Amino acid sequence: MQLDRRTFLQTAAAASALSVSGIAGRAFAADGDIKLASIHDLSGLFDIYGKSMDQAVMLAIDEINAAGGLLGKKVEQVTYDTQSQIPMYTQFGQQAALKDKVSVVHGGILSASREAIRPTLGRFKTLYFYNTQYEGGVCDRNIFCTGVTPAQSVEALMPYAIGKFGKKIYTVAADYNYGQIISKWVAYYAKQNGGEVIQTDFFPLDVADFGATIAKIQSAKPDFVMSALVGGAHMSFYRQWAASGMKAKIPMASTTLGAGNEQVVLTAAEGDGILLAYNYSKELDTPANKAFLAKWEKKFGDTKPIHELAVATYQGVLLWAAGVKKAGSIDRMKVVDALETGISIDGPAGKVTVDPKTHHCTLDVHVIEVKNQKMNVVKSLSQVAPKDTQSVCDLKANPNDITQYEIKI
Amino acid sequence: MDFVAVIILEVLYAIASLALISAGLAVVFGMMRVINLAHGEFLMLGGYAAIVSVRAGLNIYVAMLVVAPLVVGIIGLIIERCVIQFLYGRMLDTMLATWGLSLLLTGVVTMIFGNTTTGISTPIGGFAIGSYQASGYNIFIMLAGIAVIAVIFTVLKTTRLGLIARGAMQSADMASGLGHNPKRIYMVTFTLGAALSGLAGGILAPLTGLTPTSGGLYVSKAFITVISGGAAVVTGTVSSSALFGTLTQLTMLLSTPVWGDVAMLFAAIVLLRLLPRGITGRFFRRQV
Repeated sequence: MQLDRRTFLQTAAAASALSVSGIAGRAFAADGDIKLASIHDLSGLFDIYGKSMDQAVMLAIDEINAAGGLLGKKVEQVTYDTQSQIPMYTQFGQQAALKDKVSVVHGGILSASREAIRPTLGRFKTLYFYNTQYEGGVCDRNIFCTGVTPAQSVEALMPYAIGKFGKKIYTVAADYNYGQIISKWVAYYAKQNGGEVIQTDFFPLDVADFGATIAKIQSAKPDFVMSALVGGAHMSFYRQWAASGMKAKIPMASTTLGAGNEQVVLTAAEGDGILLAYNYSKELDTPANKAFLAKWEKKFGDTKPIHELAVATYQGVLLWAAGVKKAGSIDRMKVVDALETGISIDGPAGKVTVDPKTHHCTLDVHVIEVKNQKMNVVKSLSQVAPKDTQSVCDLKANPNDITQYEIKI
Repeated sequence: MDFVAVIILEVLYAIASLALISAGLAVVFGMMRVINLAHGEFLMLGGYAAIVSVRAGLNIYVAMLVVAPLVVGIIGLIIERCVIQFLYGRMLDTMLATWGLSLLLTGVVTMIFGNTTTGISTPIGGFAIGSYQASGYNIFIMLAGIAVIAVIFTVLKTTRLGLIARGAMQSADMASGLGHNPKRIYMVTFTLGAALSGLAGGILAPLTGLTPTSGGLYVSKAFITVISGGAAVVTGTVSSSALFGTLTQLTMLLSTPVWGDVAMLFAAIVLLRLLPRGITGRFFRRQV
């Protein structure tokens, strides 16, 4: 194709006009919306957790927008389904940060998924909220962890359980990092409260036959059993325990039952009396929780899927919004600085405060007793700090830290 | 003393449950040489069939003992007609096809029931042995295991149907020459094998939390039991179940479930090294 000077000028002018309007268009879009990425497993093995977490993001954003949005702009949710596959977290993390240019990412369920996405978002300087109870110890200025850590739940659970049941404890736990770490905390807090763990057994996630274990527990004669069993196969333990008539003889506490609403899988006879400790229970008798349940029901029709992780996600989005408001900007570091002032919100599970040194949360922890497939609150501890992570992490002193510490107990 | 009694019960229960989960596979693999990698899913389907019918208000024993085998038997029949019948004698192709089938069944069940744990509770409570508690349902499983084995044994050993089936498995041509249709015999055998798997799945359902991927829990144990048992369907299954059940349960008791599984795998390796054709390749050779 030949170009004379005139056509060249015309083309150039048109092209520059186009590019200008292109830039303007993009700038307009950025002006109009603040993008929030929700990266959860909406299908596959962990969808029981992920779906409700994504719904919680929707609900929180609806509320923020109904109240006029943030900084005069609307918040727009960009949803990604990671299909319960860890590599997809890295992929969608990149997409959210580079292509969709979101202001913040909320997501991740398993610790493995968090560790897949955390370096990605750190590298591309995108703020990240991880709203799941987990083993603790992540120390990174780019991430905020809004779920309870082992110290928080076990610290609440142990004194109550020891006071109610007795001092001798038999621990059964899932055999991966969560189970290993939490069983150490169980031993630690047992000692603190004058109790003693007489034995700890670990079970791979696919073990479904607990007959021998139940016989062993009987011969060890503990005052109660502490369970940190995880997943579908491990539900057999509670069932076989009840089937051998052990429920009437040795009581039980657990750090894991109920996080994904497992208590409704067990019958009342199998689940009644088991002690748990969480930040949230649907049975919480507070105006904030009642309002939350009503809003959820209005939007989604059914409050059944609400669980601990969904509420943590809801509270995570609210915390982020409070940070943006305080910063008066969506700039990442300004929001981080604002959150590090020790900002707090009032969520369905009570007051949640960001701990500036660890980016974890100080929150209420409730001791819960399962009754009739419901999680009844029997004791509430107000504003429990994430002591485990605090013992290893200080982002004020080391702002460039990005380690996940293994906490020595 | 009470503790010993409890242990003995646990061991017997382990043997019975191994025999139950392997029985269907023993028929399908042991007799027909069809490596059915979807065996675990048959058990899972039996479990779901039982749970769904109990939820629909059916008596739990009817659900476990009638509905579960019936449903899975019909599914097995459909699968045999649509897939397996074209693959007899082609072991690798069968493996691939049944593996795909297991993924498909898991997927379908996930779509229908969701990827969550479901379950029903056991219909029988616990009872006391001295100062210990034991599960009454375990006794039921032992009885069921004995009954299933006894029925397979009787059918194969004493009935004309069993005789024809065994004959067709040994030499399809000869059976065909004597006027029996091997294709039909295969079909019936596969269907019965599937039904047995469904029965086992139904009976074991109240003990575990069932998920669409539960099949994976059973399939390796079932294969190890059946292959170590060797050619004789009944004697092989019973003898290898007894060996592995006792071994895993005692190891578990002394250490942890991890070592229980390790002991089973280790024993299977040693056993197959020494007796490559399974227990019944060397002992009890003339048995069914």
